[in-house]
Amino acid sequence: MLIEQLINGITLGSIYAIVALGFTLVFGVLGIINMAHGEIFMFGAFIGVVVTSTFKGPLWLAFLAAIAVTAAMGYLLERFALRPLRNKQGVSHLAPLISTIGVSILLENLSHHIFGPGNHPFRASFAEISFQIGSITVYLVQIVIFVISVLLMYALSFWLGKTKAGKALRATAENLETASLLGVDVKRTITMTVIIASAMGGIAGILVGMAFNSVTPQMGLSIGLKGLAIIILGGMGNVKGAMAGGLILGLAETFVVVYGDSGYKDAIAFAAIIIILLIRPQGLFGQKISA
Amino acid sequence: MRKQLKKFAQFTALSSLLVLSACGGNQAAGDEDGESSGGAVKADIGVISYISGPGAAYGEAITNGLKLAQEEINGKGEVEINLVIEDSAGKQDQALTAAQKLMNSENVTAIIGPTLSTEMNVVGPEADLNGVPIMGTSTTAEGIPQIGDYVFRNSLPEALAIPASIDKAIEKYDAKKVAILYGNDDVFTKSGFDTMKKAAEEKGLEILTIETFQKGQSDYNAQLTKIKGLKPDLILASALYNEGAVIMDQARKMGIDVPFVGGNGFNSPEVINIAGDAANGLIVATPWYGEKEDDKVKEFVSKYEKEYGKKPDQFAAQAYDALYIMAEALKNAGEADRDALRDALAEVKGFNGILGEFSFDEEGDVVMDPTVLVIENGAFKEFN
Repeated sequence: MLIEQLINGITLGSIYAIVALGFTLVFGVLGIINMAHGEIFMFGAFIGVVVTSTFKGPLWLAFLAAIAVTAAMGYLLERFALRPLRNKQGVSHLAPLISTIGVSILLENLSHHIFGPGNHPFRASFAEISFQIGSITVYLVQIVIFVISVLLMYALSFWLGKTKAGKALRATAENLETASLLGVDVKRTITMTVIIASAMGGIAGILVGMAFNSVTPQMGLSIGLKGLAIIILGGMGNVKGAMAGGLILGLAETFVVVYGDSGYKDAIAFAAIIIILLIRPQGLFGQKISA
Repeated sequence: MRKQLKKFAQFTALSSLLVLSACGGNQAAGDEDGESSGGAVKADIGVISYISGPGAAYGEAITNGLKLAQEEINGKGEVEINLVIEDSAGKQDQALTAAQKLMNSENVTAIIGPTLSTEMNVVGPEADLNGVPIMGTSTTAEGIPQIGDYVFRNSLPEALAIPASIDKAIEKYDAKKVAILYGNDDVFTKSGFDTMKKAAEEKGLEILTIETFQKGQSDYNAQLTKIKGLKPDLILASALYNEGAVIMDQARKMGIDVPFVGGNGFNSPEVINIAGDAANGLIVATPWYGEKEDDKVKEFVSKYEKEYGKKPDQFAAQAYDALYIMAEALKNAGEADRDALRDALAEVKGFNGILGEFSFDEEGDVVMDPTVLVIENGAFKEFN
C-alpha cells in the first residue's frame, strides 16, 4: 500500500520534474516564463498517440517523431514569438510572457481541431509491461520515467557545467551583450535552448501518455501551471531545484490523498509551496539571479 | 418628421390588427377543421431543440425521433399533429424567445423540449405561466417537473437511474462495501455523487471512502491505490465518460477488478473506445436499449436506420416516445385545448412505448423501470 503510493508519487513527481526542467532552462537563459511549454508538452503526447495508435508505429519512432515535432515547435516559438520582441526599444518586459500565453492558446485550440476533443487512449504494448513484487504491481513505464528524469537532470547539469556550449549558455544567461562581445553566438545559443527545452517537453508528453493512458487538448494547462510552481519552489533557473521541486510536489499530492482528503490535493500541495517560500524566498536551491 | 412618426404608428397599429385577425381566423378555421374531419384531433405542437452549435447532434436525434413518430401517428388517423420546430442553439435566451414565439404567435397547443435542463429552467416557468403544457425529452436535472403543473418530462432522471443500477449490482455481487469516486468540480457529477451517496446509505452499504478528482486530471493512481487497499465490493463512480474511462483503465491496470457503477454521464460507447477491455464491468442504467428483444423496439430501430442511416440513440428514442405520449393525451382530451391536454397528460399511466412502461407521477415526473446495462467483452449488454 504505502510502497505503491510511494511509487505513484515518484512517478508523478518525475513527470513534473521533466516539465519543470524545460521551464527552468528557458527561464535561466532568457528570463522568460514560457507559458506555451505545457501545450508543447501536450503536442508531444498527441504525436505519440498518432504514431502508436493511428499509424501503429513502434514506440521508438513515436519518441523520435515527438522530439522532432516539439523541437520544430520550439524553433518556431523562438523565431516568431520571442525573437521579434528581444532587444527592441519600448517593448515591455512582460511582452514575451504575454506572447507565449498567446501561443499556448493557439496550440490548445489547434490540437482541438487536429485531434478532436476528449480523451485519446495511448495504445503501446510497452505501457502494459509490469511485474509483481508481492501484492505490488510495478509498471516498467514508471521506472523508465524516473530513470529518464534523473538522466535528463544529470545530462543537463553536465552540459551546462562542463561543456563549451553549456558555458556559452551560462554566459548568455549572465548577460546577453557581454556574451556576444566575447564571441558567443547569442542568437544560436538562445534558439538551441528553446529547442532543447521544447524537446524535453515532448518527451515528458509521451511518458505521461504511456503512464496514465490519457491525452487531451487541455492537459497542457494544468501541468504547465504546476511546472511553474515547481521552478519557483526549486529556485528559478536551477536544474537540481526543478528535480527536487517536482518530486516534492508529486509526493505531496499523493500523500495528501493517502492520509487526507483528495478534494484538498492541490490546495495542500500549494500551501506547502507557499510555506517553503516563506522560509526560503529564493527557492530550495535558488541563488540570486542576475537580471 | 412628425408626419412620418404618425404614419409609422398607423402602420404598426394596422399591421398588428391584421396579424391579430389573421390569428383569430386561423384558430377558427382550425377548430372547424377539427370537427369536420370526423373525430381526428388536430393540434400544433411546438418543438424547441438544440439544432445548431456544438450540441447540434442532440437536436438532430431529437427532431428525427419526433418526425418519425409524427409520420406514424398521423398515419393512424386518430390524431393529426403538426410540428412547429424552433432552434435554441443550446442557449437560454434563444430558447426563451423561441418559446414565446411558439406560445404567442404560433399558438401551439403544447411544447416538446427544450433540450438542455438549463434551458428548461427558463422556458419551463414561462410555459407554466402561460398555461402551455411543456414536456422535456432530455432534461435530467433535479427539479424540472417541480417547476409547475404544466411542466412534464419523459427523460429518466439520475435520481431514478443510479439507484436502479446500484440495486441490481448489489443483488448480483452481494455487495456490502463500496468506495465512491467523483468529480467535485462539475455540477453534473457532483449531483450524481449526492444521489449515489444517498442510495448507498439507504441500501445500508458501508461507504469505505469518498475520493474526488478534477476535470481533465490524468493521474488517478493515488486515489485508486487507496481504494484498492480498502478492498471494496463495488466502486461507485460519478464521472463523465472522458475521465471515467481513464479511471477504469488505471484501476484495471492496478489490479482492481471489482465492477464500477456509473451515472448517466458515464453511459457512452466512447468508454469502450477509450478504455478497451478495461471498460468491462461498468454498470449503468439507461432508459433506452436498442438491442432489446421487443417488437416495438426492433421496428423503431429498423425504421429509424432506414430513414436516417444511423442507429437511434437515447435522445431519438425519448423524443419518439414523447410524441406518442402527447398523441395519447390529445386523443384522451378529445380537443386541441391546452388545459384539457394538461389534465390528460397528468393522467397518462402505464403507457407502453419503446422505452418500456411509462407513467407520470403526481408532479409530472417519470415513473419507469430503467434498463440496467453492463459492459461485457467490449459491448453493452443487458444486466440480469
